[in-house]
Amino acid sequence: MNDYAPLSLHVPEPAVRPGDNPDFSDVPIPKAGSVERPPVDADPESIRGLAFSIIRVLNRNGEAVGPWAGLLSDEELLEGLRHMMTLRAFDSRMQTAQRQGKTSFYMQHMGEEAVSCAFRKALSPGDMNFPTYRQAGLLIAGGYPLVDMMCQIYSNERDPLKGRQLPVLYSARDYGFFSVSGNLATQYIQAVGWAMASAIKNDTRIAAAWIGDGSTAESDFHAALVFASTYNAPVVLNIVNNQWAISTFQGIARGGSGTFAARGLGFGIPALRVDGNDYLAVYAVAKWAIERARRNLGPTLIEYVTYRVGAHSTSDDPSAYRPKTESDAWPLGDPVIRLKNHLIVRGAWSEARHKQAEAEILDAVITAQKEAERYGTLHAGGKPSARDMFEGVYEEMPPHLRRQRQLAGV
Amino acid sequence: MPRKTMIEAIRDAMDIMMGRDDDVVVFGEDVGYFGGVFRATQGLQAKYGKNRCFDAPISESGIVGAAIGMAAYGLRPCIEIQFADYMYPAYDQIVSEAARLRYRSNGQFTCPIVVRMPTGGGIFGGQTHSQSPEALFTHVCGLKTVVPSNPSDAKGLLIAAIQDPDPVIFLEPKRLYNGPFEGYPERPVTSWAKHELGEVPDGHYTVPLGEAVIRRNGTAVTVLTYGTMVYVAEAAATETGIDAEIIDLRTLVPLDMEAIVASVRKTGRCVVVHEATLTSGFGAELCALVQETCFYHLEAPIARVAGWDTPYPHAQEWDYFPGPSRVGRALLETMEQ
Repeated sequence: MNDYAPLSLHVPEPAVRPGDNPDFSDVPIPKAGSVERPPVDADPESIRGLAFSIIRVLNRNGEAVGPWAGLLSDEELLEGLRHMMTLRAFDSRMQTAQRQGKTSFYMQHMGEEAVSCAFRKALSPGDMNFPTYRQAGLLIAGGYPLVDMMCQIYSNERDPLKGRQLPVLYSARDYGFFSVSGNLATQYIQAVGWAMASAIKNDTRIAAAWIGDGSTAESDFHAALVFASTYNAPVVLNIVNNQWAISTFQGIARGGSGTFAARGLGFGIPALRVDGNDYLAVYAVAKWAIERARRNLGPTLIEYVTYRVGAHSTSDDPSAYRPKTESDAWPLGDPVIRLKNHLIVRGAWSEARHKQAEAEILDAVITAQKEAERYGTLHAGGKPSARDMFEGVYEEMPPHLRRQRQLAGV
Repeated sequence: MPRKTMIEAIRDAMDIMMGRDDDVVVFGEDVGYFGGVFRATQGLQAKYGKNRCFDAPISESGIVGAAIGMAAYGLRPCIEIQFADYMYPAYDQIVSEAARLRYRSNGQFTCPIVVRMPTGGGIFGGQTHSQSPEALFTHVCGLKTVVPSNPSDAKGLLIAAIQDPDPVIFLEPKRLYNGPFEGYPERPVTSWAKHELGEVPDGHYTVPLGEAVIRRNGTAVTVLTYGTMVYVAEAAATETGIDAEIIDLRTLVPLDMEAIVASVRKTGRCVVVHEATLTSGFGAELCALVQETCFYHLEAPIARVAGWDTPYPHAQEWDYFPGPSRVGRALLETMEQ
């Protein structure tokens, strides 16, 4: 006689699928300005609530409100707007270039521009990001040349990575941008190691780790949190929750945990959740966490709540797994439009100037693209030499590789 | 010259490099205060402080991943995986990251790390304290793989590995930690104090990576081997009376092809010996290379003596371990062909 009903497996499902009406009514969105701003040396226990709320600065009327507002000048915000618009224009051109066969692959940032662009502005020279493939805003806001990015995407003769790496897996050491790997989450623990090294050398530079919602399920995410917590490493642990890991909704990675930010609490790491489409909120929270790290107060985990508006990549069709109009229903809106509206409310911007800026930025991106294409695209024009394929496996080429290079006839 | 065990020689190498280079850091499970489960890091934390030598959480991917980040910063981590059998959780970090960082970043970032791992069987270690996973590293472009067989080499090779600008997998045959082993478990254990290779020079010296050494000169057959099997092969040569030339490869990648080719072209015969399982083991690569480079000098098929293609058993240790009789049989058969 069995006293128990048969067990059953729970497989989470998103609220809606293709053909359904998008529905985010179950996503609680706190009012802008409603979340406290604790001192950077606050006891992690005392700020547990920040892992379950959403820090927001910009309200529906485009006003900056509450304790996290007031950090950025008009000029800084206009610069931020320009970075986001540049990233969006860059994405659009490279997406098209992929469709035209000028490269094999591209991944865009639509809807997530504020996260990497604003975070980058909160860092200091010498700090190091350990990004995923969806933080090109770190490069653009860091002043990395668009032409170099495009040459990497085109794998052409000016590709800084000599054609060895898939498009968008950039590397730019001098710009605080660690080499992007195709293997997910590996860089999260590496960021912690870099931060530990900075502490070992009594440096004041800090590291920033980046991961998406889906990849938090990888074991290196957990290794990173353990190491960051154990060694009080000066690292900001960023989770970009854009709701989707290719076709898999975030509930599959999150499971029964209330939020991704809450994962930090079990490790004793203070965790904040922020409106990822609010440039001002992202900047303010980043500044807070970076200040904590720099004061040797240890790691901070930040969950950016955002939405992946575009396809996962140029190899993906989201209409196969989510409603086509879901991004329109996303309650946190569009980061570019929200910052634009805020600047207009501030009296620092106008619709006309925005239109003009859009045209100017597109023009600059096209100019860069034309230059990059002069150095070749994937299937046409200049390309890295076949000899480059054998270089850099080791510092010095060992005899067996020299033989193989000879066999290859290069 | 002072005689040291392999453990003492390895500790001496880390001590010397930590003293010479402030960027050398040592960490791993039980490596700090306690000095390691094999005592390889004993005293280093007391001497250099917790900033330089410290205990790590039980997370192999965490240990290697953190070391890669430190190397990207500019340090030279020399880290320990407690047993090579436990490196698998770190395999992604080793293969996808450490090995490829220089290549994929076009040299912007490099990974001068050493991953020390006790390896090999012959100690009743069963399935998870006996494995020899070197072929899982030699197949990975961007890694160097080292297996010392005695204290003198262990120190010089480890210093060279720590100084090397690329990631090095440093496999330490734990059966050899305290003394040489010919594969006769019933015989009394001998210590390095009684062996000339236990003589370890004081101070800094290197044994270059990529250079094999002839342990026994011979003219009849070339034995290509490394680690514990060097001594087993020596015993087999003595017992069979076959004039074997025994080459201790020491470094598997990069491989000393010149030494291999010179010896096999001289002897015309070749036997490859390793503890690791046979199929797709490093011996297969050695056989292929010898066949490619010495075909017209070969007078017999190249033989392989290796662990069986089974997980490493416990009770059947000495049926599994390729001892002197199995190696001797291969030598005799190769000579008869």
